[in-house]
Amino acid sequence: MIATRKILSVKKNLNRVGRKSALLAATGLAVAGCAVLTCVVSAEAQQSNATAPAIVDSADGNIETLQVRGNVYMIGGAGANIVLSAGDEGVLMVDSGSTANADKVLQAVNGLTAELNKFRQPVTAFSHGGSGTVLTSFRPPKPIRFILNTSALGEHTGGNIKLSAAGRTFTGGNVTGDLGDVTEGAAILAHENVLQRLTDEKMPTRGLPTESYYGGVMKLSHYFNGEGVVMYHIPNAITDGDSIVHFRTSDVIATGDIFTFASYPPIDIAKGGSVQGELAALNRMLEIVAPEFRSEGGTFVVPGHGRVGDTADLAYYRDMVTMIRDRVQDGIKKDKTLAQIKASKPTEDWDPRFGRNPKWTPDQFVEAVYKSLMNPPAAKK
Amino acid sequence: MGILKKSRRALLAAALTALLGVPAFAQMEFSGEWAPVLDEDNAGNPYVGEFIGIPMSHSGMLRAQAWNASLYTLPEWQCRPHGAMYISRGPSQVRIWKEVDPDSREIVAFHAEWLRSIDNPYYMDGRARPSKYSPHTFGGFSTAEFIGDQLKITTTHLKEDYYRRNGVPSSDEATLTQYWMRRGDILTWTTIATDPLYLSEPMIRASEYRLIPALRIPPYPCTVIEEVDRPAGVVPHYLPGQNPFLTEWGEKYHVPQAAAGGGAAAMHPELAKKILKEANAAPAAAKK
Repeated sequence: MIATRKILSVKKNLNRVGRKSALLAATGLAVAGCAVLTCVVSAEAQQSNATAPAIVDSADGNIETLQVRGNVYMIGGAGANIVLSAGDEGVLMVDSGSTANADKVLQAVNGLTAELNKFRQPVTAFSHGGSGTVLTSFRPPKPIRFILNTSALGEHTGGNIKLSAAGRTFTGGNVTGDLGDVTEGAAILAHENVLQRLTDEKMPTRGLPTESYYGGVMKLSHYFNGEGVVMYHIPNAITDGDSIVHFRTSDVIATGDIFTFASYPPIDIAKGGSVQGELAALNRMLEIVAPEFRSEGGTFVVPGHGRVGDTADLAYYRDMVTMIRDRVQDGIKKDKTLAQIKASKPTEDWDPRFGRNPKWTPDQFVEAVYKSLMNPPAAKK
Repeated sequence: MGILKKSRRALLAAALTALLGVPAFAQMEFSGEWAPVLDEDNAGNPYVGEFIGIPMSHSGMLRAQAWNASLYTLPEWQCRPHGAMYISRGPSQVRIWKEVDPDSREIVAFHAEWLRSIDNPYYMDGRARPSKYSPHTFGGFSTAEFIGDQLKITTTHLKEDYYRRNGVPSSDEATLTQYWMRRGDILTWTTIATDPLYLSEPMIRASEYRLIPALRIPPYPCTVIEEVDRPAGVVPHYLPGQNPFLTEWGEKYHVPQAAAGGGAAAMHPELAKKILKEANAAPAAAKK
């Protein structure tokens, strides 16, 4: 099934069969005065000029890696949070951070895999002479194999090119025969609307999704590092291409910007986002999560920005968005204009916590809620 | 005479240095099961709108006014525990026990668990605070140290919670400093909450517990059920200005709303003077 979609996508977007030729095309662009690196930077700059708000970590610029549970790790401070599965089968990344942080992220990933490798069962290489000394050697860690994008936003996809290039796709047989360069770089998975947006935004081919899905769910074909990994499409939340990723055995969900500690949800109406979709997404995640004890622990929820959360944190966020939605809705029922609703400060009690991001202000959020309610997104057929 | 005075001073200084420098001798035992000693300031079941004594910020006040008790019928909140910001002020008994290192026999942590809380470990083994990206919990992450025979506890990594069980919010950026002071069978539990979002100044509260050797705190299981038949996605709350219960407590106990509604100003005697002055001025004006 995926293979079928893959071929369809190749035809539609020229981003699979044409990987080599697209790279050649990119090289050709250099002739026109656009080096590949410059193109990457331009692509991100283009995104930040668009309506999508770039919610950048208020962090100190330091990249920090921490274990969430089992094989699942998080890299913070890279633009948006990155969630990793790192283990015997290689590395799977959810999002790739900003372009500016790609080198640091790659360093962090390599550092993590090297560190993990030290704790693997050593393989006895040979006995040295007759002394009885045994020399051991470690198999090198496997590369980045998958990057899953939760949206097309720049701080989630900016590292796609560099991190994909550092990885590899394990495949062979007919696939290799038909698509000669398919093993080059890690596979990038995302909803097809992400592919569309990134293509529209002139993301160089190396950074585009290599596998896109258009239904509600995309699963990795097999366990990865001992667990199932599932992407769920969340329609019309922050954009029209959002996915959440569930690591089923570790029980960790990567939410993208649907849930963030750094701001109100950065709903991008122009790109298909809506407060209705945002709330549907939060409530859907609340159906999936299970607390370990008394509303906390259990399923860990890694937000787009900020610290790791859980059921209670997700519920608080859902409560906040619902209450603000209700206040704006009440204003609309009373025939208030957007300006009047903004003047009534429907977010005032939450602003000290979520209204501090100058790139996504309370007024911008209220406006997005208002516009969603005035023009609800069409139900998906 | 001068030499004698100097010697006495030196002796006194040496004695003080010895006392302060060897805190281990001053360590206190806190283990046991303790029952709260409730008083008029710590009754456990506040009214909606009874915000007096809490220096809420403006935003904290707005959130408290929007709070609807029915929120806790949502499945996500039915089994929530009382968090560190509130629990020591509540009506629940607490069990305190020591975790001891099996090799060194040094105290790794004191633990405190109330009837309706989670376990709260207060680490004394010098472990580092978790990353800023680590999850927050209702108990937070705490380290502790003896200051003489008092235990000082410092807590960070707290979840959003409440200062009083009627919707007065605490934020996940708040920190808590606590002191345990034991005199015989009485434990004084002092909390100092600092919250840059929902308090306008640090809030200091003290509660008393009595050691009850025969007390056994029962288990407190919780099962989430469908408590209210309501449409999906509803979150109970009051729209601004529409909470009908905010004045109930003040009216019942004749407490002026300026005081009942909380905030830092309501904690200081100047407000009482102002209220009395205005109350006395009103009849005088009426006579004229």
